[in-house]
Amino acid sequence: MLADKDRIFTNLYGRHDWRLKGARARGDWDGTKEILDMGPEWIIDEMKRSGLRGRGGAGFPTGLKWSFMPKTESDRPHYLVVNADEGEPGTCKDRDMLRFDPHKLIEGCLIASFAMRAHACYIYIRGEFYNEASNLQVAIDEAYDAGLIGNNSCGSGWKFDLYLHRGAGAYICGEETALIESIEGRKGQPRLKPPFPAGVGLYGCPTTVNNVESIAVAPTILRRGASWFASFGRPNNAGTKVFCISGNVNKPCNVEESMSIPLKELIEKHCGGVRGGWDNLQGVIPGGASVPVLPKSICDTVLMDFDALRDVKSGLGTAAVMVMDKSVDIVAAISRLSDFYKHESCGQCTPCREGTGWLARVMRRMVKGDATLAEIDTLEQVTYQIEGHTICALGDAAAWPVQGLIRHFRPELERRIRDYRDAKTRDKAA
Amino acid sequence: MSARVMAENQPASFAFNAEMQERAKKIIAKYPAGRQASAVIPLLDLAQRQEGWVSRPAMEQIAVMLEMAPIRVMEVATFYTMFKLAPVGKNHIQVCTSLSCWLRGSNDVVKSCKDKLGIGLGEVTTDGSFSLEEVECAGACVNAPVIAVGDDYYEDVDYASTGKIIDALKRGEKLPPHGSMTGRDNAAPAGEKTSLTDDPTKPIPKQDFAAAKAAFEKAKAEAAAKAAAPKA
Repeated sequence: MLADKDRIFTNLYGRHDWRLKGARARGDWDGTKEILDMGPEWIIDEMKRSGLRGRGGAGFPTGLKWSFMPKTESDRPHYLVVNADEGEPGTCKDRDMLRFDPHKLIEGCLIASFAMRAHACYIYIRGEFYNEASNLQVAIDEAYDAGLIGNNSCGSGWKFDLYLHRGAGAYICGEETALIESIEGRKGQPRLKPPFPAGVGLYGCPTTVNNVESIAVAPTILRRGASWFASFGRPNNAGTKVFCISGNVNKPCNVEESMSIPLKELIEKHCGGVRGGWDNLQGVIPGGASVPVLPKSICDTVLMDFDALRDVKSGLGTAAVMVMDKSVDIVAAISRLSDFYKHESCGQCTPCREGTGWLARVMRRMVKGDATLAEIDTLEQVTYQIEGHTICALGDAAAWPVQGLIRHFRPELERRIRDYRDAKTRDKAA
Repeated sequence: MSARVMAENQPASFAFNAEMQERAKKIIAKYPAGRQASAVIPLLDLAQRQEGWVSRPAMEQIAVMLEMAPIRVMEVATFYTMFKLAPVGKNHIQVCTSLSCWLRGSNDVVKSCKDKLGIGLGEVTTDGSFSLEEVECAGACVNAPVIAVGDDYYEDVDYASTGKIIDALKRGEKLPPHGSMTGRDNAAPAGEKTSLTDDPTKPIPKQDFAAAKAAFEKAKAEAAAKAAAPKA
C-alpha cells in the first residue's frame, strides 16, 4: 500500500487550507524557479522518464505529448489547455484537485507551459463545478499577486498568463478538439485529426490539451525526480493515481494509490469492501462509463493499470471504479449508460448520432426481455458498426459497455428474453 | 443528442445591467484580440444569472456585443444543456441519475422531489418557485446520490435528507452548508481514515538538480556523439 509520504495530493479530502499559505506549507511552489532553470528540454525528458501516462483516460505518455510541440516560438503563440471538463460517469477526481489542491494545478500549468514555450494557458472547467471554479480563481489571483505567475513568473523572466474558462454542460467537450471548439465559442463538435492540436489547435496555433491530474502531478514529479515516480506501479504503468470508487461498496471514496494495485485490495482497504462481502460482487466497471464491465471472476485478481485492464478487454480509463453487487439489474445499469451516450452524442457523425439512439432503444427492450435471441447478435454487430466509424471516441465509448455486457452477461440477456416470451405465451393461453 | 428548442413566449428586449456589463468586459479581455467569440458561453451564463434563463433577445444582444452572427450564438445556446431556454423555477433542483447515483438510490431521491414538489422531471411548479431537472453525471460520483440546488451540490442524499432540503427551501430558511449530508469529509471514506493520516507539512525530499542536469547533459552529448559517429 502507498505510504502517505509518497502521496502527491495531500489535501485530497479538503481537511487543510487550500489557499496559497496552506499549499506552500504542503510543499507547493517550493523551488519552482529551480525547476524552470533546468530548461524545457530537461523538463520534458524528465517527464518522459517518469513514465507518466495521461490521466484523462487514453493513457498517452505525457512527456512524449509535450515533445510534439514546436521547439521554437513563432508568430503563432503556443497554448496549453487544461481539460477540467470532468464528466465521465463515475469520475470525480479532478474536482477535488481543483477545489482543494488548486496550487498544484497552477504550478503545473506554469511548468508545463514553460516546457512547451506557451505564454498562455486556459483551464476549461465544466460549468457545473461553480464552487470549484471559484476556489481555483481565488488561487489563480493569489498566484498572480505573489508573482508566481504573470510577467515574471517566480522570478524566472517567463511571462505566463493563466485563464479560467467555464463550460456549460456538454460531456463531449472533454474530447480535446471539441474542447478547443468550445473555447473558440462554438458547439462542442470534435475536429478531424490530423491536423493534431500540437500543429493546429486553439485559434489555429500549436496547442497541447492535458487532463488536470496529468498537469497537477508534474511539479511533484520534477521536484522528487522521475525515478521516484517510476518506482510505483508495473513497468509502462508508472506512478501514483487517484482512484474514484463508487457504487455498491460500503464506503465509496476517492483515494490516491499506487498504480497496479489489485482491484480487490483497493476496494477492501479503502472502501470497506463490497456491500454484502466480496462474494456478493456481480461486476465492476473499472475505468469510467466508457470501458466494458468485468465479471467477478476477473475482478478477483485483476490489477488496476492500463495494460492489465486492456488485457482483459476493458480499460483503466479515468480509474473510476463503479462497483455493482448482486442486487443490481446489470442490464438496466448498462441501459442507463446507453441513455447517457444518446444524450451526450454531439450529433455530428451519423453512426454515433443514430447509433446511440438505436442502442438506447434496444437496450431498454433488453431490460424487459422484449426481444428475440437473434437480436443480441444484431445488437453486438451494430456496436461494431459504430465503433471506429466516427470522428471522436464517443461512438466507441457508447459501444464498449454494451459489448462488455454481451461478452460477460449473455446468459442473463437470454434468460430475460425467454422469460418474457414464456410469460406472454402463458397470458395468451390464460 | 438532446434536442432543445427556444421557448415560444419571448420577452421584447434584453439588456445587461451595469454589474453584468462590467463582468462581461472582464471576461472578453481574457481572450486574444479578434477572438471575442470565445466569450459567448460565459456571456450566456451571465445573461442566465441575470434573468434566470436565456431568451432570444439575450442571444441577439450577445451576438451584437461579440460581433457574431445571431445564429452562431443560438447554436451555442441550444447545444449546451446548462442554458435554460425557458424560465425555470426560483429554486432550480437538478437530480443526477447517472450510473453511480442510480446504484445508490437516485430513484428514491427523484421520488422525494416529486412527492414534495408535486411536479415531474422537467416541470415547473405553478407558482414558479421550484423546477426539477434530471441531469447526466454531475461529477461527484463517490458522494452519490447528488442533487444540485442552484450552483451548490448536496451529496450523499437520500429520500429523507432530500425532503428536508426542499422543506427548508419552501420555508425560505437558510440551507445547511453544501457538501455531504452524512457529515463525512468530502470524498474521504466514511469512518476510520485509510490514508492521509500523516502531517502534510513534513518536508518533501527533493532530487539533486545539479546532478540531474549533469546526467542529462552527459546523456545528450553521448547521444550526439553516437549520431555523429560513422556507421560501422
